Amino acid sequence: MLAKRIIPCLDIKDGTTVKGTNFVGLREAGDPIELGKLYSQQGADELVYLDITASHEGRKTFTQLVTRIAEEINIPFTVGGGINELQDVDRLLNAGADKISINSAAIRHPELINDIANHFGSQVCVVAIDAKQTANGWKCFLNGGRLETERDLFQWAREANDRGAGEILFTSMDHDGVKQGYANEALSRLSAELSIPVIASGGAGVKEHFRDAFTVGHADAALAASVFHFGEIPIPELKKYLAQYVQIRL
Amino acid sequence: MQVSIVKYNAGNIRSVDNALRRLGAEPIITDDPTVLRNSDRVIFPGQGEAESTMQYLHEHKLDEIIKGLTQPVLGICIGMQLLCRHSEEGNTDCLGIFDADVRRFRPTEHNQKVPQMGWNTINDTKSKLFEGFSKPEFVYFVHSFYVPLCEATIATTDYIQPYSAALHKDNFFATQFHPEKSGSVGEQILKNFLL
Repeated sequence: MLAKRIIPCLDIKDGTTVKGTNFVGLREAGDPIELGKLYSQQGADELVYLDITASHEGRKTFTQLVTRIAEEINIPFTVGGGINELQDVDRLLNAGADKISINSAAIRHPELINDIANHFGSQVCVVAIDAKQTANGWKCFLNGGRLETERDLFQWAREANDRGAGEILFTSMDHDGVKQGYANEALSRLSAELSIPVIASGGAGVKEHFRDAFTVGHADAALAASVFHFGEIPIPELKKYLAQYVQIRL
Repeated sequence: MQVSIVKYNAGNIRSVDNALRRLGAEPIITDDPTVLRNSDRVIFPGQGEAESTMQYLHEHKLDEIIKGLTQPVLGICIGMQLLCRHSEEGNTDCLGIFDADVRRFRPTEHNQKVPQMGWNTINDTKSKLFEGFSKPEFVYFVHSFYVPLCEATIATTDYIQPYSAALHKDNFFATQFHPEKSGSVGEQILKNFLL
Protein backbone atom coordinates (compact mmCIF):
# COMPACT_ATOMS: atom_id res chain seq x y z
CA MET A 1 0.00 0.00 0.00
CA LEU A 2 1.17 3.49 -0.85
CA ALA A 3 2.46 5.27 2.28
CA LYS A 4 1.41 8.70 3.51
CA ARG A 5 4.35 11.08 3.20
CA ILE A 6 6.02 13.35 5.76
CA ILE A 7 7.71 16.34 4.15
CA PRO A 8 9.93 18.82 5.99
CA CYS A 9 9.96 22.22 4.28
CA LEU A 10 13.06 24.38 4.31
CA ASP A 11 12.71 28.08 3.52
CA ILE A 12 16.01 29.30 2.09
CA LYS A 13 17.31 32.83 2.27
CA ASP A 14 20.89 33.67 1.32
CA GLY A 15 21.89 30.02 1.60
CA THR A 16 20.49 29.31 5.06
CA THR A 17 17.24 27.84 6.35
CA VAL A 18 14.71 30.17 7.90
CA LYS A 19 11.12 29.80 9.04
CA GLY A 20 8.53 32.52 9.40
CA THR A 21 5.51 32.64 11.63
CA ASN A 22 2.42 33.69 9.70
CA PHE A 23 4.74 34.62 6.84
CA VAL A 24 6.49 37.41 8.81
CA GLY A 25 9.47 37.43 11.19
CA LEU A 26 12.24 35.06 10.19
CA ARG A 27 14.43 32.93 12.45
CA GLU A 28 17.48 31.00 11.29
CA ALA A 29 17.27 27.23 11.43
CA GLY A 30 20.49 25.87 10.00
CA ASP A 31 22.45 24.67 7.00
CA PRO A 32 20.04 23.47 4.29
CA ILE A 33 22.09 20.51 3.10
CA GLU A 34 23.01 19.22 6.53
CA LEU A 35 19.42 19.63 7.63
CA GLY A 36 18.15 17.85 4.51
CA LYS A 37 20.54 14.95 5.04
CA LEU A 38 19.54 14.67 8.68
CA TYR A 39 15.85 14.57 7.75
CA SER A 40 16.51 11.98 5.08
CA GLN A 41 18.34 9.76 7.60
CA GLN A 42 15.53 10.26 10.11
CA GLY A 43 12.94 9.01 7.63
CA ALA A 44 11.57 12.08 5.85
CA ASP A 45 9.85 10.88 2.66
CA GLU A 46 10.59 13.98 0.59
CA LEU A 47 11.96 17.47 1.09
CA VAL A 48 10.77 20.86 -0.10
CA TYR A 49 13.22 23.75 -0.52
CA LEU A 50 11.64 27.17 -1.00
CA ASP A 51 13.73 30.08 -2.22
CA ILE A 52 12.44 33.15 -0.42
CA THR A 53 15.06 35.53 -1.80
CA ALA A 54 13.75 37.47 -4.75
CA SER A 55 16.95 39.03 -6.14
CA HIS A 56 18.75 37.88 -9.25
CA GLU A 57 21.87 37.17 -7.20
CA GLY A 58 19.86 35.15 -4.70
CA ARG A 59 18.40 33.06 -7.51
CA LYS A 60 21.86 32.12 -8.78
CA THR A 61 22.94 31.10 -5.27
CA PHE A 62 19.79 28.99 -4.94
CA THR A 63 20.42 27.17 -8.24
CA GLN A 64 23.93 26.31 -7.05
CA LEU A 65 22.44 25.07 -3.80
CA VAL A 66 19.97 22.86 -5.74
CA THR A 67 22.90 21.29 -7.59
CA ARG A 68 24.58 20.43 -4.29
CA ILE A 69 21.35 19.13 -2.75
CA ALA A 70 20.90 16.80 -5.74
CA GLU A 71 24.44 15.50 -5.29
CA GLU A 72 24.01 14.75 -1.61
CA ILE A 73 20.37 13.87 -0.88
CA ASN A 74 19.06 10.39 -1.75
CA ILE A 75 15.31 11.07 -1.53
CA PRO A 76 13.08 13.17 -3.82
CA PHE A 77 13.00 16.91 -3.36
CA THR A 78 10.87 19.76 -4.67
CA VAL A 79 12.07 23.33 -5.15
CA GLY A 80 9.99 26.47 -5.35
CA GLY A 81 10.04 30.22 -5.05
CA GLY A 82 10.47 32.75 -7.83
CA ILE A 83 9.56 30.38 -10.67
CA ASN A 84 7.89 32.52 -13.34
CA GLU A 85 8.51 30.83 -16.66
CA LEU A 86 9.43 27.59 -18.35
CA GLN A 87 13.09 28.61 -18.39
CA ASP A 88 13.17 28.72 -14.57
CA VAL A 89 11.70 25.21 -14.46
CA ASP A 90 14.26 23.96 -16.95
CA ARG A 91 17.12 25.51 -14.95
CA LEU A 92 16.04 23.94 -11.65
CA LEU A 93 15.27 20.50 -13.09
CA ASN A 94 18.63 20.59 -14.82
CA ALA A 95 20.27 21.41 -11.51
CA GLY A 96 18.76 18.14 -10.24
CA ALA A 97 15.43 18.97 -8.60
CA ASP A 98 12.82 16.20 -8.90
CA LYS A 99 9.83 18.54 -8.87
CA ILE A 100 9.19 22.25 -8.94
CA SER A 101 6.49 24.14 -7.14
CA ILE A 102 4.77 27.18 -8.64
CA ASN A 103 2.46 29.55 -6.82
CA SER A 104 1.82 33.18 -7.83
CA ALA A 105 3.00 32.66 -11.41
CA ALA A 106 0.44 29.89 -11.89
CA ILE A 107 -2.42 32.15 -10.83
CA ARG A 108 -1.14 34.98 -13.05
CA HIS A 109 -0.50 32.71 -16.03
CA PRO A 110 -2.42 29.45 -15.57
CA GLU A 111 -1.21 28.15 -18.95
CA LEU A 112 2.24 27.79 -17.34
CA ILE A 113 0.88 24.62 -15.72
CA ASN A 114 -0.03 23.16 -19.13
CA ASP A 115 3.38 24.14 -20.50
CA ILE A 116 5.27 22.49 -17.64
CA ALA A 117 3.15 19.34 -17.87
CA ASN A 118 3.66 19.13 -21.64
CA HIS A 119 7.40 19.77 -21.54
CA PHE A 120 8.46 17.88 -18.44
CA GLY A 121 5.46 15.76 -17.38
CA SER A 122 2.81 16.33 -14.74
CA GLN A 123 4.86 14.53 -12.11
CA VAL A 124 7.31 17.46 -11.81
CA CYS A 125 4.60 20.11 -11.43
CA VAL A 126 3.46 20.93 -7.90
CA VAL A 127 0.97 23.79 -7.72
CA ALA A 128 1.20 25.55 -4.35
CA ILE A 129 -1.82 27.49 -3.16
CA ASP A 130 -1.86 29.92 -0.23
CA ALA A 131 -5.43 30.48 0.86
CA LYS A 132 -7.38 32.05 3.65
CA GLN A 133 -10.98 31.82 4.78
CA THR A 134 -12.76 35.15 4.13
CA ALA A 135 -16.36 36.32 4.40
CA ASN A 136 -16.72 35.11 0.79
CA GLY A 137 -15.24 31.67 1.36
CA TRP A 138 -11.69 30.37 0.82
CA LYS A 139 -9.71 32.83 -1.33
CA CYS A 140 -6.27 32.41 -2.90
CA PHE A 141 -3.48 34.85 -2.10
CA LEU A 142 -0.42 35.91 -4.08
CA ASN A 143 3.11 37.07 -3.30
CA GLY A 144 3.70 35.03 -0.17
CA GLY A 145 0.27 35.84 1.19
CA ARG A 146 0.40 39.59 0.75
CA LEU A 147 -2.13 40.02 -2.05
CA GLU A 148 -5.70 38.73 -1.99
CA THR A 149 -7.25 37.52 -5.26
CA GLU A 150 -10.79 36.80 -6.38
CA ARG A 151 -9.90 33.17 -6.97
CA ASP A 152 -11.77 30.55 -4.97
CA LEU A 153 -9.48 27.87 -3.51
CA PHE A 154 -11.54 24.89 -4.69
CA GLN A 155 -12.17 26.21 -8.19
CA TRP A 156 -8.52 27.08 -8.65
CA ALA A 157 -7.31 23.71 -7.35
CA ARG A 158 -9.68 21.95 -9.79
CA GLU A 159 -8.44 24.09 -12.66
CA ALA A 160 -4.80 23.40 -11.78
CA ASN A 161 -5.63 19.67 -11.64
CA ASP A 162 -7.26 19.81 -15.08
CA ARG A 163 -4.39 21.80 -16.59
CA GLY A 164 -1.95 19.06 -15.68
CA ALA A 165 -0.61 19.72 -12.16
CA GLY A 166 0.86 16.61 -10.55
CA GLU A 167 0.11 17.59 -6.96
CA ILE A 168 -1.54 20.40 -4.99
CA LEU A 169 0.32 21.86 -2.02
CA PHE A 170 -2.31 23.66 0.01
CA THR A 171 -1.26 26.09 2.75
CA SER A 172 -3.93 27.54 4.99
CA MET A 173 -2.63 30.98 5.94
CA ASP A 174 -4.91 31.07 8.97
CA HIS A 175 -3.35 27.88 10.29
CA ASP A 176 0.27 28.45 9.24
CA GLY A 177 2.68 29.01 12.10
CA VAL A 178 0.09 28.90 14.87
CA LYS A 179 0.42 25.16 15.59
CA GLN A 180 -3.26 24.43 16.13
CA GLY A 181 -3.59 21.76 13.44
CA TYR A 182 -4.12 21.66 9.66
CA ALA A 183 -7.23 23.01 7.86
CA ASN A 184 -8.78 19.54 7.75
CA GLU A 185 -12.20 20.47 6.46
CA ALA A 186 -10.81 22.26 3.41
CA LEU A 187 -8.24 19.48 2.92
CA SER A 188 -10.91 16.83 2.95
CA ARG A 189 -12.93 18.71 0.35
CA LEU A 190 -9.86 19.17 -1.87
CA SER A 191 -9.01 15.51 -1.56
CA ALA A 192 -12.54 14.51 -2.57
CA GLU A 193 -12.70 16.91 -5.52
CA LEU A 194 -9.26 16.32 -7.05
CA SER A 195 -7.79 13.36 -8.89
CA ILE A 196 -4.18 14.21 -7.89
CA PRO A 197 -2.40 14.00 -4.50
CA VAL A 198 -2.92 16.78 -1.96
CA ILE A 199 -0.14 17.92 0.38
CA ALA A 200 -1.31 19.53 3.63
CA SER A 201 0.65 22.54 4.83
CA GLY A 202 0.33 24.97 7.70
CA GLY A 203 -0.60 24.30 11.30
CA ALA A 204 1.35 21.30 12.60
CA GLY A 205 2.11 21.64 16.30
CA VAL A 206 1.76 18.13 17.75
CA LYS A 207 1.78 14.57 16.36
CA GLU A 208 -2.01 14.34 16.46
CA HIS A 209 -2.23 17.16 13.92
CA PHE A 210 -0.42 15.03 11.33
CA ARG A 211 -2.69 12.08 12.09
CA ASP A 212 -5.79 14.26 11.63
CA ALA A 213 -4.51 15.66 8.31
CA PHE A 214 -4.43 12.05 7.06
CA THR A 215 -7.47 10.52 8.76
CA VAL A 216 -9.80 13.56 8.74
CA GLY A 217 -8.31 15.69 5.95
CA HIS A 218 -7.51 12.64 3.75
CA ALA A 219 -4.26 14.33 2.68
CA ASP A 220 -1.70 12.23 0.82
CA ALA A 221 1.24 14.02 2.44
CA ALA A 222 1.82 16.47 5.27
CA LEU A 223 4.38 19.24 5.19
CA ALA A 224 5.81 21.09 8.18
CA ALA A 225 8.82 23.22 9.03
CA SER A 226 9.44 24.64 12.48
CA VAL A 227 8.31 21.58 14.47
CA PHE A 228 11.09 19.70 12.68
CA HIS A 229 13.72 22.46 12.52
CA PHE A 230 13.60 23.13 16.24
CA GLY A 231 13.38 19.47 17.17
CA GLU A 232 9.93 19.78 18.72
CA ILE A 233 8.72 16.65 16.92
CA PRO A 234 11.46 14.16 15.96
CA ILE A 235 10.55 12.48 12.65
CA PRO A 236 11.23 8.88 13.80
CA GLU A 237 8.91 9.34 16.78
CA LEU A 238 6.26 10.98 14.59
CA LYS A 239 6.31 8.20 12.01
CA LYS A 240 6.14 5.48 14.66
CA TYR A 241 3.09 7.19 16.11
CA LEU A 242 1.41 7.65 12.71
CA ALA A 243 2.00 4.02 11.74
CA GLN A 244 -0.70 3.08 14.25
CA TYR A 245 -3.27 4.89 12.11
CA VAL A 246 -2.13 5.00 8.48
CA GLN A 247 0.37 3.34 6.14
CA ILE A 248 3.80 4.87 6.88
CA ARG A 249 7.30 4.05 5.65
CA LEU A 250 9.33 3.08 8.70
CA MET B 1 34.49 -0.99 -13.46
CA GLN B 2 33.04 1.23 -16.19
CA VAL B 3 29.39 2.19 -15.79
CA SER B 4 27.55 4.01 -18.57
CA ILE B 5 24.25 5.82 -18.44
CA VAL B 6 22.33 5.97 -21.72
CA LYS B 7 21.99 9.58 -22.80
CA TYR B 8 18.62 10.32 -24.46
CA ASN B 9 15.71 12.74 -24.29
CA ALA B 10 14.36 11.64 -20.89
CA GLY B 11 14.47 13.53 -17.61
CA ASN B 12 16.03 12.40 -14.35
CA ILE B 13 19.28 11.10 -15.83
CA ARG B 14 21.36 13.34 -13.62
CA SER B 15 19.79 11.88 -10.46
CA VAL B 16 21.09 8.46 -11.45
CA ASP B 17 24.52 9.94 -12.11
CA ASN B 18 24.51 11.58 -8.67
CA ALA B 19 23.38 8.37 -6.94
CA LEU B 20 26.12 6.30 -8.60
CA ARG B 21 28.72 8.90 -7.65
CA ARG B 22 27.57 8.71 -4.01
CA LEU B 23 28.39 4.98 -4.23
CA GLY B 24 31.88 5.77 -5.52
CA ALA B 25 31.29 4.93 -9.21
CA GLU B 26 32.33 7.29 -11.99
CA PRO B 27 29.62 6.86 -14.59
CA ILE B 28 29.75 8.22 -18.13
CA ILE B 29 26.56 9.66 -19.61
CA THR B 30 26.79 8.74 -23.28
CA ASP B 31 25.01 7.81 -26.51
CA ASP B 32 28.24 6.59 -28.12
CA PRO B 33 27.66 2.98 -29.30
CA THR B 34 31.27 1.93 -28.71
CA VAL B 35 31.37 3.28 -25.17
CA LEU B 36 28.01 1.66 -24.37
CA ARG B 37 29.05 -1.71 -25.79
CA ASN B 38 32.37 -1.68 -23.93
CA SER B 39 30.98 -0.73 -20.50
CA ASP B 40 30.77 -3.28 -17.69
CA ARG B 41 27.33 -2.05 -16.68
CA VAL B 42 24.77 0.03 -18.56
CA ILE B 43 21.95 1.96 -16.91
CA PHE B 44 18.95 2.99 -18.99
CA PRO B 45 17.14 5.45 -16.73
CA GLY B 46 14.61 8.18 -17.22
CA GLN B 47 11.34 9.83 -16.66
CA GLY B 48 9.28 10.67 -19.69
CA GLU B 49 6.73 9.63 -22.23
CA ALA B 50 6.92 6.39 -24.24
CA GLU B 51 6.19 7.58 -27.77
CA SER B 52 8.62 10.53 -27.93
CA THR B 53 11.42 8.67 -26.14
CA MET B 54 11.06 5.59 -28.42
CA GLN B 55 11.10 7.87 -31.44
CA TYR B 56 14.30 9.52 -30.19
CA LEU B 57 15.96 6.14 -29.56
CA HIS B 58 15.02 5.03 -33.05
CA GLU B 59 16.26 8.22 -34.75
CA HIS B 60 19.58 7.96 -32.91
CA LYS B 61 19.84 4.19 -33.60
CA LEU B 62 20.02 3.62 -29.84
CA ASP B 63 17.17 1.09 -30.03
CA GLU B 64 19.30 -1.51 -31.82
CA ILE B 65 22.32 -0.75 -29.64
CA ILE B 66 20.39 -1.25 -26.40
CA LYS B 67 18.79 -4.47 -27.65
CA GLY B 68 22.22 -5.81 -28.60
CA LEU B 69 23.91 -5.18 -25.23
CA THR B 70 25.29 -8.30 -23.55
CA GLN B 71 26.57 -6.95 -20.20
CA PRO B 72 24.18 -6.38 -17.23
CA VAL B 73 21.72 -3.59 -18.12
CA LEU B 74 19.40 -1.86 -15.64
CA GLY B 75 16.31 -0.06 -16.93
CA ILE B 76 14.67 2.39 -14.54
CA CYS B 77 11.06 3.67 -14.71
CA ILE B 78 10.40 4.65 -18.34
CA GLY B 79 13.61 2.72 -19.08
CA MET B 80 11.89 -0.43 -17.81
CA GLN B 81 8.72 0.28 -19.77
CA LEU B 82 10.66 0.86 -22.99
CA LEU B 83 12.32 -2.56 -22.57
CA CYS B 84 8.86 -4.16 -22.82
CA ARG B 85 7.06 -5.19 -26.04
CA HIS B 86 4.50 -2.42 -26.31
CA SER B 87 3.16 0.54 -24.30
CA GLU B 88 -0.39 1.76 -24.12
CA GLU B 89 1.14 5.24 -23.73
CA GLY B 90 0.90 6.67 -27.24
CA ASN B 91 0.24 3.11 -28.55
CA THR B 92 4.00 2.65 -28.87
CA ASP B 93 6.00 -0.37 -29.99
CA CYS B 94 8.96 -0.71 -27.63
CA LEU B 95 12.22 -2.68 -27.52
CA GLY B 96 10.70 -6.09 -26.83
CA ILE B 97 13.25 -7.50 -24.38
CA PHE B 98 10.53 -8.41 -21.88
CA ASP B 99 7.42 -10.23 -23.14
CA ALA B 100 5.02 -7.83 -21.47
CA ASP B 101 2.78 -4.95 -22.50
CA VAL B 102 2.67 -1.68 -20.53
CA ARG B 103 -0.79 -0.57 -19.42
CA ARG B 104 -2.29 2.56 -17.91
CA PHE B 105 -3.47 2.49 -14.28
CA ARG B 106 -7.27 2.52 -14.17
CA PRO B 107 -8.41 3.54 -10.69
CA THR B 108 -11.35 1.67 -9.23
CA GLU B 109 -11.74 3.96 -6.19
CA HIS B 110 -11.37 7.71 -5.77
CA ASN B 111 -8.42 7.53 -3.38
CA GLN B 112 -6.38 5.67 -6.03
CA LYS B 113 -4.73 8.66 -7.64
CA VAL B 114 -2.77 8.52 -10.90
CA PRO B 115 0.18 8.90 -11.11
CA GLN B 116 1.09 6.74 -8.16
CA MET B 117 3.49 9.07 -6.40
CA GLY B 118 5.37 8.09 -3.29
CA TRP B 119 6.73 5.16 -1.30
CA ASN B 120 5.31 1.66 -1.67
CA THR B 121 6.61 -1.78 -0.70
CA ILE B 122 8.21 -4.39 -2.95
CA ASN B 123 7.15 -7.97 -2.27
CA ASP B 124 7.99 -11.51 -3.48
CA THR B 125 11.48 -10.39 -4.39
CA LYS B 126 13.59 -13.01 -6.16
CA SER B 127 16.80 -11.63 -7.60
CA LYS B 128 20.33 -10.68 -6.60
CA LEU B 129 19.12 -7.06 -6.90
CA PHE B 130 17.27 -7.46 -3.60
CA GLU B 131 19.91 -9.32 -1.62
CA GLY B 132 20.24 -8.11 1.95
CA PHE B 133 16.58 -7.33 2.58
CA SER B 134 14.66 -9.34 5.15
CA LYS B 135 11.28 -7.60 4.92
CA PRO B 136 9.19 -5.85 2.25
CA GLU B 137 11.08 -2.58 1.85
CA PHE B 138 9.68 0.78 0.74
CA VAL B 139 10.92 2.31 -2.51
CA TYR B 140 9.95 5.48 -4.40
CA PHE B 141 7.56 5.33 -7.36
CA VAL B 142 6.25 7.97 -9.78
CA HIS B 143 4.27 6.49 -12.67
CA SER B 144 0.94 6.36 -14.47
CA PHE B 145 1.65 3.22 -16.51
CA TYR B 146 2.60 -0.22 -15.22
CA VAL B 147 3.85 -3.62 -16.33
CA PRO B 148 1.46 -6.47 -15.41
CA LEU B 149 2.79 -9.54 -13.63
CA CYS B 150 4.65 -11.75 -16.11
CA GLU B 151 7.28 -14.44 -16.38
CA ALA B 152 10.11 -11.91 -15.92
CA THR B 153 8.66 -10.42 -12.69
CA ILE B 154 11.21 -10.45 -9.85
CA ALA B 155 9.35 -8.14 -7.44
CA THR B 156 5.72 -7.11 -7.09
CA THR B 157 3.98 -4.01 -5.77
CA ASP B 158 0.31 -3.49 -5.07
CA TYR B 159 -1.34 -0.33 -6.36
CA ILE B 160 -4.87 -0.69 -7.73
CA GLN B 161 -3.74 -4.27 -8.49
CA PRO B 162 -0.52 -6.25 -8.06
CA TYR B 163 1.96 -5.45 -10.85
CA SER B 164 5.66 -5.81 -11.69
CA ALA B 165 7.94 -3.63 -9.56
CA ALA B 166 11.00 -5.19 -11.20
CA LEU B 167 11.86 -7.49 -14.11
CA HIS B 168 14.77 -9.72 -15.08
CA LYS B 169 15.54 -11.66 -18.23
CA ASP B 170 19.02 -12.79 -19.28
CA ASN B 171 21.34 -9.77 -18.81
CA PHE B 172 18.47 -7.26 -18.56
CA PHE B 173 17.22 -6.02 -15.17
CA ALA B 174 14.63 -3.31 -14.67
CA THR B 175 12.83 -1.50 -11.86
CA GLN B 176 9.63 0.53 -12.10
CA PHE B 177 10.66 2.46 -8.98
CA HIS B 178 13.55 4.90 -8.69
CA PRO B 179 16.41 3.28 -6.73
CA GLU B 180 18.34 6.56 -7.10
CA LYS B 181 15.66 8.30 -5.00
CA SER B 182 14.85 5.45 -2.61
CA GLY B 183 17.18 6.30 0.27
CA SER B 184 19.45 3.60 1.68
CA VAL B 185 17.27 0.78 0.27
CA GLY B 186 17.74 2.16 -3.23
CA GLU B 187 21.48 2.48 -2.66
CA GLN B 188 21.66 -1.19 -1.71
CA ILE B 189 19.79 -2.16 -4.91
CA LEU B 190 22.19 -0.12 -7.05
CA LYS B 191 25.16 -1.65 -5.20
CA ASN B 192 23.77 -5.13 -5.84
CA PHE B 193 23.47 -4.32 -9.53
CA LEU B 194 27.08 -3.11 -9.69
CA LEU B 195 28.42 -6.21 -7.85
